Amino acid sequence: MAIQKFKLPDIPSIAVQISTSLFLNGVRMSLSISLTINGDARTIVLEDPRVTLLDLLRERLQLTGTKKGCDRGQCGACTVLVDGRRINSCLTLAMTVDGAHVTTIEGLATGDELHPVQAAFLECDGLQCGYCTPGQIMSAVGLIAEGQAAGDPERVRELMSGNICRCGAYKGITEAVLVAIEKDATTSKERDAA
Amino acid sequence: MNLFDYVRASSVDEAVAAGAKPGARILAGGTNLVDLMKMGVAEPATLVDITRLEELKRINWLSDGSVRIGSLVRNSDLAYETHFAKTFPMVAEALLSGASAQLRNAATAGGNLLQKTRCSYYQDVASACNRRNAGSGCDARQGLNRLHAVLGWSDHCIATHPSDFCVPLAALDAVVEVTGKGGSREIPIESFHLLPGDQPGKENALEEGELVTAIRIPADASRFAAHSRYLKLRERTSYAFAVVSAAAAMMIEDGRILEARLTLGAVAAKPWRSREAEAAMIGQMPSKDLFDHAAGIALREASPSGNNAFKIELARRLAARALSAASAGTPTAMPALPGSPLSTFSGDAHVA
Ligand SMILES: Cc1cc2nc3c(=O)[nH]c(=O)nc-3n(C[C@H](O)[C@H](O)[C@H](O)COP(=O)(O)OP(=O)(O)OC[C@H]3O[C@@H](n4cnc5c(N)ncnc54)[C@H](O)[C@@H]3O)c2cc1C
Ligand code: SF4
Ligand code: FES
Ligand code: FES
Repeated sequence: MAIQKFKLPDIPSIAVQISTSLFLNGVRMSLSISLTINGDARTIVLEDPRVTLLDLLRERLQLTGTKKGCDRGQCGACTVLVDGRRINSCLTLAMTVDGAHVTTIEGLATGDELHPVQAAFLECDGLQCGYCTPGQIMSAVGLIAEGQAAGDPERVRELMSGNICRCGAYKGITEAVLVAIEKDATTSKERDAA
Repeated sequence: MNLFDYVRASSVDEAVAAGAKPGARILAGGTNLVDLMKMGVAEPATLVDITRLEELKRINWLSDGSVRIGSLVRNSDLAYETHFAKTFPMVAEALLSGASAQLRNAATAGGNLLQKTRCSYYQDVASACNRRNAGSGCDARQGLNRLHAVLGWSDHCIATHPSDFCVPLAALDAVVEVTGKGGSREIPIESFHLLPGDQPGKENALEEGELVTAIRIPADASRFAAHSRYLKLRERTSYAFAVVSAAAAMMIEDGRILEARLTLGAVAAKPWRSREAEAAMIGQMPSKDLFDHAAGIALREASPSGNNAFKIELARRLAARALSAASAGTPTAMPALPGSPLSTFSGDAHVA
């Protein structure tokens, strides 16, 4: 294997390096972005434009529920919702989501009451070591909102393929997502009836 | 990752001006560029973030029936647009066969066109690569090259273009709209991506600083809506690039083929359209023999660029299968596994 040329790592140690090169239309920017994270409005000062949304969440905001697997868009462990849509936070520069609403695994439960997707993962044994689980659950929440899977297990598997599980808990994961879709349909019906 | 200036463009003119500066790169969904920056393959001096340009986010149906897809339309939004998916089903199928749901939510139409090859030597800055570093050589020639090109390659570069979206676009005569300092122009998709020749670093017809603003599909492409398929063979069922892929479409009247389209993906540095194969089907009745014959024509000039002779036969068989699937008719609903030759119709389970 060839040796990789060493590059500055994309980790918070670079945060101490003050960049003078954050521009907006040629004018030095205030180095701050606003995000609503799990319902809380936050203003975040970024000293470096290289920070990804994933590193911002984990290293700056201590929201370590979102996991880093590959850091390259290949595993889905870092899945979060940005303005309600699931994306890979490892390939998203934090600067680019200025103004967005971000939902992470920490934002799903209401107090001690689990989100229906979280409850379904418990009920169906949709995990083993748990490392991929926050990403799986956020991805499932996104999948349900997209409404493309109906109750078809094949479609669920296809639309969850962006989340790799190294433990191979796929059977339970698929079941959990199907249960969650079912619950969601029932709640929507009840809501519509009410 | 190198340090860069970050510019958030608030108009196309501003993006063009900033993008024309030396070392500037356009940032759309970031799913390819940020990845390449992490590897040190892309080291932009300036990143021009165009994601706030609302005017590039629209899907417009023009009065003549053609569709103009803004370059910032996300892959998933385009694929799930009902009228679009009905009118150009194989484009929707190709989009849904690409990457993952998360990536499709971020990836843009323009970014998909302009994504870089997945050649592993291109992605490794310690390797020789003429495409990344002109004149340095090509480590893929003697390396892991089973997924490399079998058509249109040169001694200087044997890489493929990895896009699924571009394959049906080429079959349907799509046009790329671009804007640069000198104004706007249009480039037919077939002449957008360039074969490597002795200058693999020149990957497409864009001039320095030109911005892709939209992709247009002509109205008459909709006449293939009833008979079109995109098939994509992968090394796993989903979330993988194509080993080979094929977009096939035809118009059938009174049991005869009036017009046909065939384009192959992942076999060359551009989507590989075969007009000769298309011509061979005109006026004929759909049959397995005819499709085998046409697929053979499409691969006639193919030759292995390394350890990949198998791709020629694989591409030929997949092309024949895509033609046959297209002649049988576009599925009424998007297949559960879009593009998969393993499960054609919803309800056919791939996992028993
Ligand atoms: C794990 C993984 C799996 C994938 N699998 C597939 C697959 O199966 N099939 C497939 O087709 N793709 C696949 N992709 C690639 C993905 O589709 C592309 O990364 C994506 O389409 C790029 O779009 P983007 O908006 O994120 O582009 P960016 O990353 O923002 O940009 C890509 C390039 O285009 C340039 N650019 C972007 N927009 C413009 C514009 N409007 N004008 C001029 N230049 C522009 C940028 O400067 C950059 O060079 C995969 C990616 C990953 C990470
Ligand atoms: S095939 Fe092309 S991209 Fe790959 S190493 Fe050779 S020159 Fe570079
Ligand atoms: S950490 Fe983002 S996809 Fe793997
Ligand atoms: S539960 Fe261990 S990786 Fe999925």
